[in-house]
Amino acid sequence: MANPNKAKAESGIMRWVDDRFPATQMMQDHLTKYYAPKNFNFFYIFGVLALLVLVNQILTGVWLTMSFNPSAEGAFASVEYIMRDVEWGWLIRYMHTTGASAFFVVIYLHMFRGLLYGSYRAPRELVWIFGMTIYLLLMAEAFMGYLLPWGQMSYWGAQVIISLFSAIPGIGPDLAQWVRGDFLISGITLNRFFALHVVALPIVILALVVLHIIALHEVGSNNPDGIDIKQKKDETGKPLDGIAFHPYYTVKDLVGIAIFLFVFSVVVFYFPEGGGYFIERPNFEPANPLKTPDHIAPVWYFTPFYAILRAITFSFFGLDAKFLGVLFMGAAIAVLFVLPWLDRSPVRSMRYKGWMSKVMLLLFCISFVILGVLGVLPSTTGRTILAQVCTAIYFAFFLLMPIYTKLEKTKPVPERVTG
Amino acid sequence: MADNGVNKGRRRFLVGATSVVGAVGAVGVAVPFVASWQPSAKARAAGAPVQADISKLEPGQRMTVEWRGRPIWIINRTPEMIERTEALGADSLADPESEVPQQPAYIQGGLRSIRPEIGVLIGICTHLGCSPLYRPEPDAEGVGVSNWPGGFFCPCHGSRFDLAGRVFSNVPAPTNLEVPPYRFEGDDIIVVGEDEESA
Repeated sequence: MANPNKAKAESGIMRWVDDRFPATQMMQDHLTKYYAPKNFNFFYIFGVLALLVLVNQILTGVWLTMSFNPSAEGAFASVEYIMRDVEWGWLIRYMHTTGASAFFVVIYLHMFRGLLYGSYRAPRELVWIFGMTIYLLLMAEAFMGYLLPWGQMSYWGAQVIISLFSAIPGIGPDLAQWVRGDFLISGITLNRFFALHVVALPIVILALVVLHIIALHEVGSNNPDGIDIKQKKDETGKPLDGIAFHPYYTVKDLVGIAIFLFVFSVVVFYFPEGGGYFIERPNFEPANPLKTPDHIAPVWYFTPFYAILRAITFSFFGLDAKFLGVLFMGAAIAVLFVLPWLDRSPVRSMRYKGWMSKVMLLLFCISFVILGVLGVLPSTTGRTILAQVCTAIYFAFFLLMPIYTKLEKTKPVPERVTG
Repeated sequence: MADNGVNKGRRRFLVGATSVVGAVGAVGVAVPFVASWQPSAKARAAGAPVQADISKLEPGQRMTVEWRGRPIWIINRTPEMIERTEALGADSLADPESEVPQQPAYIQGGLRSIRPEIGVLIGICTHLGCSPLYRPEPDAEGVGVSNWPGGFFCPCHGSRFDLAGRVFSNVPAPTNLEVPPYRFEGDDIIVVGEDEESA
């Protein structure tokens, strides 16, 4: 049933459209009458930036597909063809590879913002869960994309990750073979990952981005104070501390976008390999199943989880260390999904939480960064112990959260948002 | 018949029955999509087990067959070679008991084989994938150590393995050579790529 109170244009072409499609209504719901808290700070730019990078990845990805050859014989050569012979191909490819790393930079800061200001708390649990699902699929998308250039690190990185499945007791080896579609990683795997990377996962990710934004706009944005601005409204029903997303935040975000694009361009034009972290050096050599590189490291955005995997060097409960490592790595991501139910604090924002939450968040961030560094380095005894300590802190942050958020004394939350 | 002639029980039954049939259909439709990810007939043919006839393999000799693109060594160890190999222990080998899973579960013991005299190994160095050289004679030249018990020497980076494919300590290779799944068919035929139990 069409809502008779829908906003419609007075006359003209927009009126004709509005009688057939809720264009004006949608514009108001999501832009001109979507009231966002007026106290957004620096950390609130990363959602928009993630959307920008997503557009960059899709646009450059479609163009790369036009010249890429997804076969074991042709993949490596076709990437070199894009780099050397296709007009502007080098730029389009570097925008895509740099975009992948930029995506994770932006997403990690976006998630940190959520942790800092309690953006996952009720009623925003679904916003958080949709977001976490996007993050999970983004990791799958990045992993499959990294196989496509068919370089040495593409091949051996995939080899290490797919062999993780074979650590699952019982069905493991068959599952790994099912994922590969062959007895070893071959052109069959490459073709399959190409289809998933280019068609299947982007469709699902796009759908989830829409769900993420619809859920957000249903409950309204959180803010650095973690207060509900809908509690205080003026006589027209507009939140007193809210401003329309358009034009206020669209214009403000343009400044952030300009700064981001500046940094992004510097990387694309001057450091496209990111010092060997965005495109690892062994990937300039074609994949060779008979020659293992000296040291296999995943791309930087996976390294914290890879370090957790390697930190489990002991077995308990009758499970062997390799499988436990896989379980811990999975749990490190799974625990993020239940975060909304772990936080029992009466306040949302870190501004009003007690010292324990602040210390735990700080320790968590430090361990996450240390794990990220350890994940690219070859393991030694000392590093393994450090990784084990950081893994313990990582999990303690989540598993102890119901206790410390309840124990600590919080500060009083103001009635209205602060500066 | 209350509710304006609507029989709620029957309606619930019909909705339930339709849902169950629909779910069965959905599972049925999923079958080809899931099964399509299994190795194709072409991949299975390329990765099929290979047979090797060892009737002409004299004691001390080695033969090589290819399986899934990798060289498979089959060696016929003499009693002296077995003796020298079994004499090695943790003082010289990195993993004498083969604790790192580089072999099927049924391959056990110091000789890492089903029959003591017949050794089957994947001939790829576990360091960087070169193919090591066969140096079975004691104190062979060019392996870089004195009192060499016989084994495999990788010319690329100097990794050394004994005649059971176990890696020596203090060489670049981290693990023992891999043992492929294999089984015997009669006395003279080895099938590489098939487990004993599946025979």
